[in-house]
Amino acid sequence: MTRYIIRRILWGVLLLIAVTALTFVLFRVLPTGDPARLRAGRNASPQVIAEIRHNLGLDKSLLAQFWIYMKEVFLHFNLGFSYYSSAPVRGLIANRLGATVSLAVGASIVWLGIGLPIGIVSALRRRTLLDRASMGGALVFISAPEYWLGLIALYLFAADIGKVKVFPGAGSYVGLTSDPWKWFSSLLLPWLVLAAGSAAIYARLMRSSLTETMGEDYIRTARAKGLSERRVVMHHGVRAAINPIVTILALDIATLIGSAILVEVVFNIPGIGQLSYTAITHSDFPIVQGTVLLGALFIVVANILVDIAYAYLDPRVRYS
Amino acid sequence: MSAAGEPLLCVEKLHVDFPTEDGVVKAVDGISYELGRGRTLGIVGESGSGKTVAALSVLGLTRAQGAQVQGRILLEGRDLLSLSEGELQKIRGNEIAMIFQDPSSALHPLYRVGAQIVEAVRAHQDVSKAKARERTIELLGLVGIPDPGRRVDDYPHEFSGGMRQRAMIAMALANEPKLLIADEPTTALDVTVQAQILALLERLRDELGMGMVIVTHDLGVVAEMADEIAVMYAGRIVETAAAETLLKRPEHPYTWGLLRSIPTLAGPRVEQLAPIPGSPPSLIEPPSGCHFHPRCVYAQPEHARIDPGLEPVQGDPSHRVACLLAAGERKRIWEGLR
Repeated sequence: MTRYIIRRILWGVLLLIAVTALTFVLFRVLPTGDPARLRAGRNASPQVIAEIRHNLGLDKSLLAQFWIYMKEVFLHFNLGFSYYSSAPVRGLIANRLGATVSLAVGASIVWLGIGLPIGIVSALRRRTLLDRASMGGALVFISAPEYWLGLIALYLFAADIGKVKVFPGAGSYVGLTSDPWKWFSSLLLPWLVLAAGSAAIYARLMRSSLTETMGEDYIRTARAKGLSERRVVMHHGVRAAINPIVTILALDIATLIGSAILVEVVFNIPGIGQLSYTAITHSDFPIVQGTVLLGALFIVVANILVDIAYAYLDPRVRYS
Repeated sequence: MSAAGEPLLCVEKLHVDFPTEDGVVKAVDGISYELGRGRTLGIVGESGSGKTVAALSVLGLTRAQGAQVQGRILLEGRDLLSLSEGELQKIRGNEIAMIFQDPSSALHPLYRVGAQIVEAVRAHQDVSKAKARERTIELLGLVGIPDPGRRVDDYPHEFSGGMRQRAMIAMALANEPKLLIADEPTTALDVTVQAQILALLERLRDELGMGMVIVTHDLGVVAEMADEIAVMYAGRIVETAAAETLLKRPEHPYTWGLLRSIPTLAGPRVEQLAPIPGSPPSLIEPPSGCHFHPRCVYAQPEHARIDPGLEPVQGDPSHRVACLLAAGERKRIWEGLR
């Protein structure tokens, strides 16, 4: 098991190097705005632009730039400096990580809290009105894009512009440590919006997984033992049905960071998503690269965690 | 019948229907049988003859599958079909226990074998976890698991097929049931292991004085263990008798077919086994008249119209058969087949 984990971590590092290289190439090779020109402002003289280019290290060959970047990232954990504000990227990301993690973790709790119970009830009451209604509703939420759902939610429920003023509107985010209640209430709507699609997908996943499990022989055995139906469902059915869901859960939480971009923009939450969104519009490569790397790191770590979790959840899985 | 002579289990005109999109599947079509204390009944038939559904219905386990069950199932005079789900739960695994065909799928793959048996003990006995664990180790030893104190913490995938079935038997015996229903208990096992499991079941039945219903497609299994045998075809019992009688003087053409399709090692080697032609009929629209007539080589045209009832054979009221052939003719044909 330990050897397996070490091997997985080494592979993860290799993957991160590959991802870094790929983003580097993508943003340098593809036509985007010239960062030096963008930073120099309007009507800047060619000399000024050349000087900025030199200061940012953009006059070196691509290969040299790449080498310097990789060396800094992997040896010193230094993600470089923003082309735009000269602030260190690591600091920028660290400042905004809290908001994004709050958003992602909260949304995952909301989506599991809503999705799994609906899936369980649907599986047990298959082909009833309740089942059809929740599965139909799920389809709506799976199809609705987050930014649209976010805008609709603000239009309906935001304290400033909403029809029914229940939730704080966009731009009301405060850190957890400064005011826990405000943090909670400002994130409630973004959580619901971000969780809606995933909750719907997980309700459907849970429904199909539990439906399959409830037809297994060991469920019949559990009933034949004289257990209550509640114990049969929760202790024997759900316990087995949850395994495939845990497998994809960690990956989905990692990729949630991606969907968080849109929600952060719509609700004006100062998180990683918003940071990278602004960086893309400014051709601020170091920040884009830093956030992409962070996303990749989340996915690699989530993958390893899933494998470890799986070995604990399913005794038949033992890595050697 | 007096209280003392009251049978352990009495099934009367049991019907089990499954409504499906294609029509109603009549899985069990009016079967009746009795089982005395400590006695063993073998229910024999092909796949799809309704024998497993009949067994599951005794425990009320077909309810969860949406079955419509009619008739009476009396356990010591109490009608199980009239009980609520909660009342049935007190009987399942307690007064009536069941073991299943495939022990590798019947045990929960994610829980330790011991924990699953502990759960069965604690479902019906108010004992501490430690006490239940002691009892579990004792049970595992009773069914012949070597080193039960250590194996109690194994997962099912760490057990062999035969050991898994032993564990299932231990689980079934956890609360010393009066009745054990074994649904194809040896079908999924190796031949050598089959014999061990049957010997184990026989020993435990005698030690604990349980009544037993063995459901199987294998006449060889019931030949050794059963006191009485009922042969099922298309949801009905077509012949029932004391085991010895049924094996020596079978009256129904279907029973003849079953007996003649068993290979024997003893005696001269016959050129070919005699399979029963055709395949089991649809239970949605069973054949008219005698359900077996399309596959019966002795069938007469009128057998497609007349539905035979289960009638006693002359001279032996406990031997009953549902066949339209004349008694003398049946005797003559069987003599010829032997």
